[in-house]
Amino acid sequence: MNDQNTDVIQGTLDMLILKTLSLEPMHGFGIARRVEQISRGVFKVNPGSLLTALQRLERAGWLDAEWRQTENSRRAKFYELTRAGEKQLEHETADWTRRASAIARLLKAEG
Amino acid sequence: MSLWRQLTHGLRSLIHRTRADQDVADEVEQYFEEATAASMARGLSAEEAKRAARLESGNMTAVREQVRSYGWENAVRITAADIRYAVRQLCSNAGFTIVCVCTLALGIGASTAIFSAVNPILFQPLPYPHAGRILMIWNTFHGARSEIAFGTWRELAERNRSLDALAIFEPWQPAMTGAARPERIEGQSVSASFFRVLGVAPVLGRDFRAGEDVFNGPRVVILSDGLWRQHFHGDRAILGHPVKLDDDYYTVIGVMPPAFENVLSPSAALWTPMQYDTRQIATQFDTWAWGNHLHMAGRLKPGISKDQAVHEFAQIARTPWAEFPRPRWAGLRNGLIIDSLQDDITHGVKPALLAVLGAVSLVLLIACVNVVNLLLARNAQRRGEFAVRAALGATQRRIIRQVITETLLLALLGGVLGLGVAAAGVRALIWLSPPGLPRVDAIRMDTVAFTFALGITTLIGLLTGLIPALHVSRENVQPGLQQNSRRTAGGHAWTRSALVITEMALALILLVGAGLLLRSMQRLLGVDPGFSTPHLLTLQVQTSGHQFDNLPSAPGAGDNVRRRFFEQALEAVRQVPGVKQAAFTSLLPLSDDPPVIGLYGAQFEDEDSQTGHNVFRYAVSPDYCQTMGIRLLSGRCLDERDSSSAPQAALLSDSLARSHFPGQNPIGKRLHVGPRDRPWYTVVGVVGDVKQTSLAIDQPDAVYLSTVQSWFSDDTLSFVVRAYGDPAALASSVKNAIWSVDGNQPIVRVTTMESLLAVTEAQRHFVLTLFEVFGIVALLLAAVGIYGILSGSVTERTREIGLRAALGASRNDILVLVLSQGMRLTALGVLIGFCGALAASQALATLLFGISPLDPLAYLSVITLLATVAAVACWTPAWRAARVDPAITLRAE
Repeated sequence: MNDQNTDVIQGTLDMLILKTLSLEPMHGFGIARRVEQISRGVFKVNPGSLLTALQRLERAGWLDAEWRQTENSRRAKFYELTRAGEKQLEHETADWTRRASAIARLLKAEG
Repeated sequence: MSLWRQLTHGLRSLIHRTRADQDVADEVEQYFEEATAASMARGLSAEEAKRAARLESGNMTAVREQVRSYGWENAVRITAADIRYAVRQLCSNAGFTIVCVCTLALGIGASTAIFSAVNPILFQPLPYPHAGRILMIWNTFHGARSEIAFGTWRELAERNRSLDALAIFEPWQPAMTGAARPERIEGQSVSASFFRVLGVAPVLGRDFRAGEDVFNGPRVVILSDGLWRQHFHGDRAILGHPVKLDDDYYTVIGVMPPAFENVLSPSAALWTPMQYDTRQIATQFDTWAWGNHLHMAGRLKPGISKDQAVHEFAQIARTPWAEFPRPRWAGLRNGLIIDSLQDDITHGVKPALLAVLGAVSLVLLIACVNVVNLLLARNAQRRGEFAVRAALGATQRRIIRQVITETLLLALLGGVLGLGVAAAGVRALIWLSPPGLPRVDAIRMDTVAFTFALGITTLIGLLTGLIPALHVSRENVQPGLQQNSRRTAGGHAWTRSALVITEMALALILLVGAGLLLRSMQRLLGVDPGFSTPHLLTLQVQTSGHQFDNLPSAPGAGDNVRRRFFEQALEAVRQVPGVKQAAFTSLLPLSDDPPVIGLYGAQFEDEDSQTGHNVFRYAVSPDYCQTMGIRLLSGRCLDERDSSSAPQAALLSDSLARSHFPGQNPIGKRLHVGPRDRPWYTVVGVVGDVKQTSLAIDQPDAVYLSTVQSWFSDDTLSFVVRAYGDPAALASSVKNAIWSVDGNQPIVRVTTMESLLAVTEAQRHFVLTLFEVFGIVALLLAAVGIYGILSGSVTERTREIGLRAALGASRNDILVLVLSQGMRLTALGVLIGFCGALAASQALATLLFGISPLDPLAYLSVITLLATVAAVACWTPAWRAARVDPAITLRAE
């Protein structure tokens, strides 16, 4: 596997999707591309996992879905963050930051 | 919110399945289109872009399936499909399904029923608060439990420090008169502390007070809920009102709760205080207060262990105090036997129940083995099917899931049918239960046992069913697909042979148990009771009323009234048409008369006054021996000459005469029976020994006296009536004849001697019946097992058999080939089972009579039976093999 191109860290896919959708409503491929772009190609999203995750988040009430026209006039299923989704994103972000900084501190202390 | 979405979205996709599928397909397709478009935007050609998208995002179909498989509705859909498929599978293989379901139902049903019966008796705590603290305390007589005297209780109750309460009790059967016919009611005469020992108080009214349990105290009675509802219509105003019992008025002071279960005397419906006369207890020993005829129970103080109590009572027994003098027969020199109430009431039935429990465990085991065997046979056929499914893209998980669904369905069917078998079994057990089995009323279907049996069979079924599914991934699909492959036999055949051998062995162990019990029963029924049982009607007449009282003003007057009543009643019975002979006795052989009421001390003239022999005392009418058919060995029988004014005459039983007068003529020798301050009885004859308690028990020492020459007149006598024809048909005319003399005297236990005999052996019969049933079930299951393996093996070896036939083997040769395969397995099973049975039969030793647990006849006949059944089961597949047409099999290749 390419060192530059890793799968999304286990458990963070939901957070990445929520974050991406907090900017604007998007369809599945749009989300995948955005995640890859913003992470500068570090994260690669598997479509099977992504679309399943979207279903799960929709069932959880964090996303709403709707079929709409894309800018290149194709029909696509667009996902939009709900109020509950925003809250969940805040919660997950805070949680992630806390963990990440803790890990960072640990790694520093080692040196 | 999210739960709601889960539900609605799931239901929507479940109902509009095609639309939901289309939705997913569209979304995935759109994703790939976008991906292709994005690659094209980077300058790739349409073809290259498509390839790049596939390379990056994977197979579109796989993605679609992955997304579709999300959600609970999907699991529902798959399960529904699995169930449909499983039902189709089971229906297409009806023979397998029926045998499997029946095996499960028998195994689950039988074990549930037996455990339901055994659990409340042996394992569940008794229905009293802190039931573990209740102890039974007995005298020791020849190392066994024996009754205790009031005087002993008085001393123990006073001296012990480890019990909260100590109670004594004895049966009390007052007649309730006033109705059309006098009715005898089962009750108990108890010390005031009785209900405190059990820890149950009346729900209505109050318990006895210590002040009521004194000589000439107030006559009070507590009723059971059943009696209260039945006789007093549940009227609460009965409290404080009098009830007439045995010519006396008793005031009702309480009613017990409906749920009160009295394990000490299950049929007792009323209780009254004992009210012993304690005025001369320390000086005079020849009173009722010093007769060993009471039962005793105590309740431990909190924090005191049973062992501490045992220790304390042993200490008390060893060290008499001067203020509590003890007579010779209540000296406690052999200590006391103390047991918890539960162990005490079950100690008689425990070996039988444990044996039955062991037997049913074997049945469950055989059922499990059979299920495994059946499934393995089926698995061999299914490997091809699984290989096809795997080749078509089914994952191993999917196949495992299918197998689990199928097994669970099978288990469910078996469970439902098993529930029916268990319910019927529990009923049958209650119906079959021998008298004296404690807590029969507490027997009901045990859900824990049912769950356990269902669980264990299901689990075993699951594990077995999984074997071929697990093979799917490990082996190459190829050999599985080649259905022609004959390699399948190898490993599985070996396992299945081992299972059949196990089944045979287990069945043999059970059958040996049944065989031994059957042989014991034959031996037992072959025992000569010492009298002639056919055409004999027996009934018990219990006198009741003040006309029989011996008042201080006229000593013996009541006794005379009683003797006259019995003589007139006997005369009336003799006049009944169809009666050949009639007599009465104080103690009826093979009845439920407690042995203790008939046991008295005897002393021969040539012995010193400290010697005593326990003998049964039969106070009888002159024709008793002739009516019963007891053989006269020497001298004469008792007859009309032995009147109250004549010299006192006695008959000895043969064994008593032999042991005391070896080589001498006992006629004319003299002895005391009971009190020693009375004239001697002179031996006038010797009669044959009689079985008193049970055919299995030898207690042959007995003395027969005439009722008119006895030192007291028994208030209860058993009539024996020899009929010309059917004795049962005489019952009502005999009863009416007795009532024509006095209509107020209750008559109980009207039955023929032959049914009494059946009741005495009821416990053995119960165990024997269960072993027979289980033995037959085991035999059938083993037969099904060996049939299954042989017919499977014949199917697998069709080609080989065809080849043999083509090469010149005769039908006979092939028949022998298959039969010998089956019989080899049987022989191995029998050999292993034989060793198992040698060990297991030791556990039955206490239930056997007259034969050793190694009785060769039982073993031989059982082995013959098993071998015959196995041979019959092997015959069909062998015959089928012999019919194989070599031309067809070889061409089919």
